[in-house]
Order: sequence, then C-alpha cells, then structure tokens
Amino acid sequence: MTGGTVIALQRLRQQAAQWAWHVVCLPVAASCLFPLAWMVSSSLKTQQTVFTDFSLIPAVPHVENYARAWIQGRFGIYFLNSLGYTVLVVAGVVACSALAAYAFSRFTFRGSGFFYKLLLSTMLIPIPGAFVALYILLNQLGLIDQGSGQWLPRLGYILPQINGGLPFAIFILKPFFDGIPKELEESAEVDGCGVLGVFWHIMLPLARPALGVVALLTSLAAWNEFLLAYLVFSRHELMPLQRGLLAFHGAHLTEYPLLMAGMVISIVPIVAIYLVMQRTIIQGITAGAVKG
Amino acid sequence: MPSIERRAIAPYLFFLPALLLFLAFSVYPFYLLTHTSLFEWDGISPAKTFIGLSNYWNVLAHDRVFWTSFSQAGTITLLALVLQNALALLLAIAVNRRLAGGTLYRTVFFLPPILSEIVVGLIWFWIYDGNFGILNEALSHLGLARFARAWLADPNTALTAVAIIHMWKGFGWGFVIFLAGLQTIPEQLYEAARVDGASAWLRFRHITLPLLVPVCVVVSILTILGTMQIFALIIATTGGGPGYHTEVPITRIFHSMLGTSRFGYACAQGIVFGLILLVFSLAQMRFQRRVS
Amino acid sequence: MTRIKSVRHLTQRGTCLTLLALAGSAVLLGIAGCGKPKAAQQPGPLRVWHWMTDREAAFDELARRYQQETGTRVRFELYAPSDIYVQKVRAAAQTGGLPEIYGVLGELRDLASFINAGHVLPLEEAMSRNGNAWRSVFFPKALAVNTFTRENAYGVAPGVYGVPVDVMNVQLFYNKRLLATLGLDQPPDTWEAFLDVGRRAAAQRLIGFVSGWAELWLIDCFATDYAIHEMGMKQVEATYRGKVPYTDPDWVRVLGRFAELRDSGVLAEGIVAMGNKRAEQLFANGQAVFAFNGTWGVNVYQSMNPALEYGVVMPPRTDPNRPMVTWGGAGSSFFVNAKSPRREEAIAFLTWLTAEPQQRYLTEATQNIPANRSAAADLPAPLAAFADDMDDTVHPRLFSVQEESTVIEAFDKGIQSILIGERTPEEVAARVQETKRLEASRRATRAARQEGGHAID
Repeated sequence: MTGGTVIALQRLRQQAAQWAWHVVCLPVAASCLFPLAWMVSSSLKTQQTVFTDFSLIPAVPHVENYARAWIQGRFGIYFLNSLGYTVLVVAGVVACSALAAYAFSRFTFRGSGFFYKLLLSTMLIPIPGAFVALYILLNQLGLIDQGSGQWLPRLGYILPQINGGLPFAIFILKPFFDGIPKELEESAEVDGCGVLGVFWHIMLPLARPALGVVALLTSLAAWNEFLLAYLVFSRHELMPLQRGLLAFHGAHLTEYPLLMAGMVISIVPIVAIYLVMQRTIIQGITAGAVKG
Repeated sequence: MPSIERRAIAPYLFFLPALLLFLAFSVYPFYLLTHTSLFEWDGISPAKTFIGLSNYWNVLAHDRVFWTSFSQAGTITLLALVLQNALALLLAIAVNRRLAGGTLYRTVFFLPPILSEIVVGLIWFWIYDGNFGILNEALSHLGLARFARAWLADPNTALTAVAIIHMWKGFGWGFVIFLAGLQTIPEQLYEAARVDGASAWLRFRHITLPLLVPVCVVVSILTILGTMQIFALIIATTGGGPGYHTEVPITRIFHSMLGTSRFGYACAQGIVFGLILLVFSLAQMRFQRRVS
Repeated sequence: MTRIKSVRHLTQRGTCLTLLALAGSAVLLGIAGCGKPKAAQQPGPLRVWHWMTDREAAFDELARRYQQETGTRVRFELYAPSDIYVQKVRAAAQTGGLPEIYGVLGELRDLASFINAGHVLPLEEAMSRNGNAWRSVFFPKALAVNTFTRENAYGVAPGVYGVPVDVMNVQLFYNKRLLATLGLDQPPDTWEAFLDVGRRAAAQRLIGFVSGWAELWLIDCFATDYAIHEMGMKQVEATYRGKVPYTDPDWVRVLGRFAELRDSGVLAEGIVAMGNKRAEQLFANGQAVFAFNGTWGVNVYQSMNPALEYGVVMPPRTDPNRPMVTWGGAGSSFFVNAKSPRREEAIAFLTWLTAEPQQRYLTEATQNIPANRSAAADLPAPLAAFADDMDDTVHPRLFSVQEESTVIEAFDKGIQSILIGERTPEEVAARVQETKRLEASRRATRAARQEGGHAID
C-alpha cells in the first residue's frame, strides 16, 4: 500500500463515521424541528383551517396573525418586562451562586457541609404548598402589587426567582470549581492577589463554560416563568411575556393561530440566548484546558 | 495581619447574598409549610385544627394512591435515567466530534425543552391518538394493525407513552450539560491515546467516561429531581388517567390541596415527598464520592 | 503588581458595595413591610378578579363603557389556568388582599368557607331593594347556585351571595350531516337507539361520541345526570348521606351504563385520555356524530367551523317514563369582598353589569346564555336550545347534601376504569363504597377530636 491509499482509506473511514453519526442525529433532529415547524405553520393559518389544512406552508399565509398577537397580547409591554426580569434574575443567580459555590468548594468551616445539603434540599421540596406561603411572606415584605408603585412588586418577582435558581446553579458550579487545581490560586496569592482577586481574575474566567450553562438554564426558567407573576402582579404594566399568551388560551376558547404566533414570538429570544450562551460555553473551553 | 482577618471574614461574605435570600425565601416558607402540615385546614377558613402528626400518619399508612403515584413517577424516572441520558450523552459525543452541521444540531436538540407543554401535548396527541393517530397509521402500513390502540388511554401503555414524551422533551438538558463536560476534556488526552493505537471504544471507556463521572452525577440527579416532580406534562396529556395509571406525586398533592381542599394534608404529602427525594439524592452523592 | 493590586481593591470595594446594597435593601424591605400602605388620595380602580382569560377583550370593553357612563374606573384582572387562580384567591384571602370583586372556584364547601371567614358580602339586602328589582332580572336557577338555604350543612346564614353573569348547562350536540349519512333525520331519544347509532357509526369508521373524559368533571356530569334520571334525587341524596350504599343495584346499573357505552363502540377511541379541547376539535371538524359538552361549546364550534350544522338535545333517556335532567346553573359568578370599604360601588357595578344592555353585549361577544332573563329573550338557535332546558338542570350545589370530594374522585376514576375495561361496575361500586366508609370513619374521629377540644376549653 502506498501512503496515498492509506490516507484515502483513512478519509473514507472518517467519512463513514461521519455518516453513521448523522444517521443517529438526523431523526432526532427532525423530531425536534417538527413541532417548531408546525407552530410556525399553524401561526399562519386561521382558526378554521388550523386543524383541517395539513399543508406545512398554507396557501394563504396569514402573516397578520403576528401583528394581531403582538397587539392583542400586549406584547409591547410584556416583552420589555420579560427582558428586564430575565437579565436581572440571571445576573443575580450567576453572581450569588458563583460566590457561594466557590466558597463551598474552597472554604470549609463549621456547618458549611450542612448548609450545602440544606441548600440542595430546597430543590426537592415541591412547590404546590410553598406557593401560598410565599405569598404570605411577600405580602409581609410589602412586595405584592397592590396597584401602586412598581419597583417593590418587581423586586418581589425577581428575588424569589434568584433564590429559586440558586440551588441548581450552585449544584452545577461547585463540581467545576472543585475540578480547578488549587495550585493556580496559590501561585496567584503569592503574586499578591487577595481572595476576591483570585476569584475574580482566575476562577471566574476558568468557570466560564459552567457559568454559561447556569446562565442558560436560568434565563430559560426566568423567561418562561408565569406562576409567580400571577401571584405578585395584578397590573398589565408589570406582567411578563407569558401572560400575553393567556389571552389566547382561555378556560374554554383557544385561539390556536394567535397562540402559536405568540409562542413563536416568545421562543425567538430564548433561541438567541441559547446561541450566545453556547458560544460562551465553547469559547470558555478553547481558552484553556481546565481539567488536567 | 489584615490578610488573616480578611481570610476569616471573606468566606462568610461569599455566602452572605445566597444565605440572605435562602433564609427569606426558602427557610421561612418551609417553616410555614411544616407548621401547616400539623393542622387540618381547608386553606380558606381562619380556624385551623391542630392534629399533630395525623396527616403524616394518613399519608404513610392509608394513602395507597399517593404511593402508587410515587412508584409511577419512579418508573418514568428509571426510564429517563437510562434512556434519556444515554441519548443525551450519545448526541453530545456526536456533536462534540466537530460533526458537519454540528452547530445546527446543537441548536435543534435544545428545542424540545423550550417548547410549551401545550404544543407538546397537542403534537404527541396526534401521534398517540386512537382514532387517526400517526402511530396507528404507521403500524397498519407495516401490517401490524393488531397492535394499534389509543396509546394514552390504554392502561398497559399510558405510562410508557407519557414517559417517552417526557424523555423526548427532557434530553436537551442533559445534552447541554454533557456537552459542556465533554468540552473540558483536553484534546491532547485523546491524541495521546490515538498514537498508542487505542480504539474509539477504548478511548471512550478509559478517557471520556471516567472524566465525565462528576458530570454524569449532576445530570442524573437533575434527571431524578426533574422527573420525580413531573407535572405540567401530565396535565397536558392524560391528567393522571386513565384511572390512576399516570398519576404522579405532584398531581396528587395538587389534588389534595385544590381538588379536595385539604391544605394541611397536601403540605404533609409535599414534605414526605421531599424527604424521600432528599434521602435518594444524598445517597447518590455519597455513591459518587465512592466512585471518584 | 501595583496594577493588579489596585484592580483587586476595586473589585473588593465593588463586591463590598454590592453586599452593602443588598443588606441595605433587605433592611429597607423590612421597613417597607412594617409601614401600613398609605390610603391613596384618589381612589384607584375597582378591581375584579376572574379566571376567564378568553373573555378579556369583552370585559375590558365593558370596563371602558362603565367609566364613560359613570366615571368609575374598573379593572379586570384575569388569571389562568384555574388552579393558579384558586391559589391566588386563597392566598390573598389569608392576607386580606382580596379585590373588591372576585370569583370563587371550587365546591360549595369552599364557597361556604369563604363566606364563614367573612370574605363574601351577603347580597340578600341588595337583591331585595326596590321590590326585588335586582333579583328579578335573573334566571332563578342562576341565583340558586349562589344561594344558601335555611338548612344548609355549613352554618351559613341563608340568602344570596353571588352575582351570576351567565348561565350554562351540559347537553348532547349532534352533527346533522353525519346523522343523515347514518340514515337518521332525528337524534335518538332512547338509550338503545343511541347505542345503536354508535354501532352504525363504528361500522362506517366514524367516531360516535366525543367528550373530554380525561377531565373528571365531565364524566361526573354524565354520571350524575343518569343517576338522577334513573333513581331520582331522593335516592342520590340518601347515598350522599350514607343511607344507601354505592353497591346498591341502582348505582351498579348507572355504572353499568358506561360498560354499555364501551361495548357499543359509540365512544371515541381513547376517550378517557381526551381533554375537552381535543374533543371539541373533533366535533368542530365534523369527525364525530355526538359531543357531550357545555354551552360554551357554541362559541368554540362557531370559532373553529362556522359552517358546522349541529343541533342540541338532552342526553337520551334510559327510562321513557322518567324525566331527563342535566347539569347546569350559573356559568360564572362574581362575589363582593365584604371587607372592602367600597362594597356599595362594587354592587353598583355588578348591577350595571347584569343589566340588559351589558348582558346582551356579553352574549354577543362570548356566545353565552346571559344570566339576565330579558337579555336571553331572542337568542340564536343553538343557545336558545340550551336556554330552553334551563328548567331541567340540576347542580350538585343545589343538592341538600354534598358528597365527599374523595368519594367523587373514586367514583369518576372508577368510571374511567370501566371505560377501559379494567374493572366491572360491581368492582367499582365496591371500591367507591370502601372510600366512602373510610371517609366516614375519618369524619367520625375528626368530630370526636373536636368535641374533645371543646371539653378542654
């Protein structure tokens, strides 16, 4: 065999492997794409044709459904609100959880193990009963929307969500910090960095992939949140995006095309966040091998 | 000296934000919840009757449906742990191999988790429907019409059918976390192994898998928690039926709280449920420590 | 090094500041929580809570008209799904945060609890003003659902408590065209004929009967209709009182009706996993001959298929000599918060809302039967069919006694297991009776405990 044939054979093998992976991935990808395609397609139909016209691209696409959904669903207000809430919740969760997870990973003191387990155990208590309890607490703190003032209710919406995201975030971050060799910090401290300096300049950049995962999961949860919103808010001006969809999905009547148009609108930012975060996750890794 | 002082205080400062939120929005509502679980209370009237641990006794000794719902959620969880996570890992490995179209796959695989339960319920209903369902059509084309049935209404298949929807909707989470984990494994390790002539399977067995153990534990704990607390999907598909065949703990807790207005009892159910999950998760973490 | 140091100081200071800010805001929150909210100079809008988000546009329009006419602002705040709404209302009741007007979801005992806790203003006096002026605008059945009688079991003072905005009942819709293709020009009026239509439909690969029987309450409607039809109200109430067991032949026969439905092939495949919205899709698309559905179906079918030709009848009788009844009463009702200082304003608004012009507008916009009788005078055909049968409606709230909700669940779930062929009617009857027995013994210990408690007092 000449060198040329060996290389050709290798390339062939690689190509075969590529195809094999595609055979695994493609059907799954198709099953994931179909609902989205159906949503977009339904959003362009009418209430009368949505369950009778099975074409993927309707003959007469009713693009105006998007405008109707936007106006009728008051997405103008809701969209901005949701954007603000999501940014603040993600910032809060990332900041608090990174600090705490790093501390759990590096400083052990009396009760830290207990606190860690306690924190994680809050992930396990199902929400139903806590809903009313949370209302009582928020009411005592003056954070329930009583029709005047906007910042306290907004805070009342954001803080429980930050708290709600913390256990998951800490749970994901701590193993990542555990995996970062201690030598890095020791050498930095010799160089005169303080505890916070080490955290800020060394640990955070190294933990970027994990922080990306945390930001992604948190933003998805915050963007889709609506239970707490109904609990806290009573005015349209303060409500998040998911409230807009309810106008089309009532106890009896569902306006499917408008609902689907609204859902497509509400999914776009999440996909954008996902793409950005994916890049963060990938970049963080190419920046340097984290685990040795 | 100041540096020692800083070292003594710093850890607490790291914890402080998380701790404050945790005390206010987790510990206090949990206290209210526990308190309520000792009473007979309909959730409305100002008078509560103290009944000690009776609610707990009734959950543990008399509530057969609750324990059935528990084992059904357990079945879905077992399926998800094995199948959903295997799929997530497989796809993460595929995408991590710089597959052509990898970015596209990466985006598409994350679509199911961000879809609304309403859409998921609608689409899967067409697949499983007993009247015009896609699955039945496919079976009859394959000459297997005798297996056709209303998949969600048949007591033999309802739970599995729901589990399949859940796994399809959920694998994207594991996929993202596995991918982040795979990214942290240095490429050099694989190259060295390749030079030594290790096969793809050996590389996976001796490099990928061991380094992925912490991530696997994270993913499996998140799978357990996410699946045991399954709720919205059940409501969007079967509502717990037929009979009690797809009831899960959270649907039962909701039923106690809102369906039959036994608020104290619902709290007791929630706490029993949370404690059992806690024991499981702690056991899993201990197991991980032993493995690694 | 100096550069790093200065950055370090900066970040440290930044973090400290953040922490301080957090701590500060926590303190502020504490202060904000302690201070009583100041009474607003200008009264805010009257607030109304409800769960019917699909009526948002119509409600907003009415609020706009009311402000134009009277200058009083009203704000409808709609929350769904209903289980979230229930929690919000209960949580708000705990903290005195209920709005001026709200809806109560749940069973009669839940409403009684709200009343007994002082959250609901009795409307007897408002209804009686000017020679019962307000009371007389309503269908009597609509008011009855919100009325407590003298001998109610909850110790609630007798009288009217809620203002109905619409009325509804649940009947059998039939597709005229499909019925014709099966060779019938009239809907079947006997049970046997009904089952026979199912057999014919099955032979032609048509769906006979759809209903959202994954939702227990719709099964309960159907079963209650037939229980009352076959054994009479007295016997049903006696069962609820515990005097007649569910294993009684009458009850086994009612449960057996579901086995007959199952065996006739009239039911859609997998009906027990069918939500009502899915059932409505099938009927609206002309794929099913019958649908068991409520008045709101008129609006749903109208929106999905305006060309659909259908009629509405009472469910078919099993005994030609006994009257058929069906579930019905007030569709949704509003209650006035007894603790609000603006009770009179709330009553004024609700009086306006239930007056004829507003009721006509609501009927037009939401295709429901108005609670106001004169607004219901000239309804379009399908709604008129429902309105005509309002006199034959029953509602569990009007029974002199209520069944335990755990028993109701066992009963409805049991019917599901009959429908999937998992259990026989006899087995289900035995299980329901067992649940009833457990519930009774639990109730007895509860009563004993309460008496013990009183003795200590």
